[in-house]
Amino acid sequence: QKRWGNLQAVPPILSITPSRALVDEKFQVLVENLPPGCPVTLHSLHHSEDKDDWEAYGHYVSDHRGVVSVTEDLSFGGTYTGKEPMGLLWSMRPVPGSREGLRLRKINVCTPMLVNISVHSGHEDFRDRTPLASALAERWYMAPGVKRIDINKQGVQGTLFIPPGPGPFPTLLDMWGGGVGLLEYRSALLASRGYVSFSLDYLRSEHLSADVEFKYFEVCAIYILMNHPQVIPDRVGILGISLGSMVAFNLTAYSTIIKVNVVGKISFLFDAVILWIDSDETVSLSHFHKAHFDENNYMSWRSFALDLIADPSNNVEVGRINCPMLLVNGCDDQNWPTVETAEEVSDALRHGSQTRGTPDNQGSVTVCFSVILLWGGHTKAHSDAQEDSWRKILSFLQLHLYHSPSVKAKL
Amino acid sequence: MDRKQCCVKLSVQPSRGLMDEKFIVLVQNALPGSQLTIRALHQCEDGHSWEAFGHYTADTTGTINVSEDPSIGGTYSGVEQMGLLWSFRPIPGSKSGLRMRKKNIQTPMEVTISVYQGHQTEGFADLVPFSGVAVERWYMAPGVRRIPVTEGGLNAALFLPSGPGPFPGLLDLWGGGGQLVEYRAALLASHGFASMAIDYLTAKITMETGKMVDNQYFETAYRVLQQHPQVCGSKIAMIGLSFGTSITLKMAVYSEVIKLSAAVCISGSHVQPVDGSVEEILRFFQKNGEKTRFSEKNEVIWRDLLLPIPTDPSLKVNVGRLQCPLLLVVGEDDQNWPSQESALDIKEMMARAGNSHLLTVLSYPNAGHLIEPPYTPHARSSTFKTVEIEEKVMCLWGGQTVEHSRAQEDAWKKMVVFLRENLYGGRKPTSFSHL
Repeated sequence: QKRWGNLQAVPPILSITPSRALVDEKFQVLVENLPPGCPVTLHSLHHSEDKDDWEAYGHYVSDHRGVVSVTEDLSFGGTYTGKEPMGLLWSMRPVPGSREGLRLRKINVCTPMLVNISVHSGHEDFRDRTPLASALAERWYMAPGVKRIDINKQGVQGTLFIPPGPGPFPTLLDMWGGGVGLLEYRSALLASRGYVSFSLDYLRSEHLSADVEFKYFEVCAIYILMNHPQVIPDRVGILGISLGSMVAFNLTAYSTIIKVNVVGKISFLFDAVILWIDSDETVSLSHFHKAHFDENNYMSWRSFALDLIADPSNNVEVGRINCPMLLVNGCDDQNWPTVETAEEVSDALRHGSQTRGTPDNQGSVTVCFSVILLWGGHTKAHSDAQEDSWRKILSFLQLHLYHSPSVKAKL
Repeated sequence: MDRKQCCVKLSVQPSRGLMDEKFIVLVQNALPGSQLTIRALHQCEDGHSWEAFGHYTADTTGTINVSEDPSIGGTYSGVEQMGLLWSFRPIPGSKSGLRMRKKNIQTPMEVTISVYQGHQTEGFADLVPFSGVAVERWYMAPGVRRIPVTEGGLNAALFLPSGPGPFPGLLDLWGGGGQLVEYRAALLASHGFASMAIDYLTAKITMETGKMVDNQYFETAYRVLQQHPQVCGSKIAMIGLSFGTSITLKMAVYSEVIKLSAAVCISGSHVQPVDGSVEEILRFFQKNGEKTRFSEKNEVIWRDLLLPIPTDPSLKVNVGRLQCPLLLVVGEDDQNWPSQESALDIKEMMARAGNSHLLTVLSYPNAGHLIEPPYTPHARSSTFKTVEIEEKVMCLWGGQTVEHSRAQEDAWKKMVVFLRENLYGGRKPTSFSHL
């Protein structure tokens, strides 16, 4: 049967502009040709690689011209409220009836994330009616021309992403947190923004039960990376999140190999240091079992980590860090006491620069809120943080790796 | 390489866009005041390479924004946000008479945009750019489906927009070169119209028997579209370019079967033996073949074949009987068809008949015959083979590049609005900021 839906003989028109974009780019969702003052629901649906369904929705009322603009108008309810141009993405959550503990993360970064956005009549029970119109958006982690290369060399495993163009490029070593295997999407996105980015796999299953050797990172990862023809060796940075930031911090402070290349080297990380390690330079994963469980049965390592920090012999000598640093942390981070440690880091750096008076020490910048995944299934405050911090991270990277007065002075 | 410029940053946003969407090309971190060339390179399906470039000067922050800053030389000048696409021309040494047309519209057009030191005009292949990015330009939006149509002997392709539908329908016809040309229909489907591109000159029956198709061929196409479960049968329009205009006007006025809600006629004429078959119309044109002229470069000019516009009513489609809105798109420098003279005559006929409220004419000074979707590189002439003649000729289409490109952008925008108003009906559409 041909029908136009519950409204009228003319169907509404739903458009997404742009329909293909990188995941950190905004889009405009517009519905036209509705009757004026018509209650409708905008619904987004994504079928993940793990075969779960994620959705978000907002309730709207069309204006006198029969238009709903997600960019301009207010959502009256749903998974987000208020004026939220990207609400249909960041407020996504598993559909009712899904299994527990899901997290939206893309593993295959060579294909886009497909999001179907549809408009339904009414607010309550909008799902009972077939959509009036729908459109598909592609959200990409890889810009056209970005090359993805599997690396398995001298025991180093990971994935390298190279931007299009002649190169060479400023470069990032990307260290993820613990327990999730190799995640490539941040590296893919950074390569799409002009950086060679190496997503290093340093927590393979054979390493989980042993201490991960510091040397692994230092000799293998950095040395291999710095000798790659597409890498500018004196413009290398390190990003770490969670466990990765701890590793990054240590590499920056203690590595003798890195010190040799450190003249003109700039590195930085985000998410504040979460664990101070002891001086024999090995990372001990055996501490991590001392977590506690809260009332929702979710694991938190915050309190035991605070005890660890309290003991100064556990602390990395932050004063040894000789480059600009960006710390991004979540003020409500239950996983690690990032705020406390960020404060300690800031203090240590200030103290260090006063006693040593080195003009090279650029000190630190602290930014609140943490980054896990852009526009992927989290609360409003968290998403605002993600948008804000990602923008600031890209600016920080551009300032220090693409264009830095201190680098120019050394050339 | 000049180390100081080694980290010039080039970005194009969005890096993946539809063919009619704009992009912003941005250069950052260049030496303030430095001279740079931004160049686009594209290799098309038949292997030919095309380039476009602009000469810029970085400002005091080391930035160039192509949508705000003027190019002071190259294949385009002035502030031209999309100049890197519409001013494409074959690279030096290419053969003459080329025209850029995409056949496989399921893959994107790939363009490499690079930034070079200095104001370069040639020898780009031997230079190393500071930076380069890859850009994709798509005819099909995500979710648009392509369905081949062969029933009733049709050689056609139906493009359905994403979504449940039903959608208004569109029959899309090109001109005398024949073949199945799909890109405009694919792009219109990306705007919400179920669009069927139809080959009516080189269909199976014609290739096998040499016979031209009859009226029933078009009526079959119309019926297939109308009966599709995702098409709103009462809202179907037709769009034709060049000879496609002849068919469109014929069907709009005389067909008992085809009832159009709107018609768009680009670069064409109403002059033809009234309700003649495709065969008869072609023979009529051939009869006037001695009126063919040649330019100083020996390019074929066919606009005189239908001039002067006849006064004999049996030689013109009776547009006074038209019952649906008609949009005429005219390039005033059209050297292939007398589209401007025809438009004037159509206007007069409709005024006399009292249905001129149905008519909208878009007339563009210095635009030529090939009024294509936005940013399509302008071909003032190209090699062309019609179905009636054996060899290829160098055909003069006309038009001056800058004005022709502006005409394409403007006509497309207005055409989509016209189709929306007449096919989606009701309210006036609002935002088309992406066009």
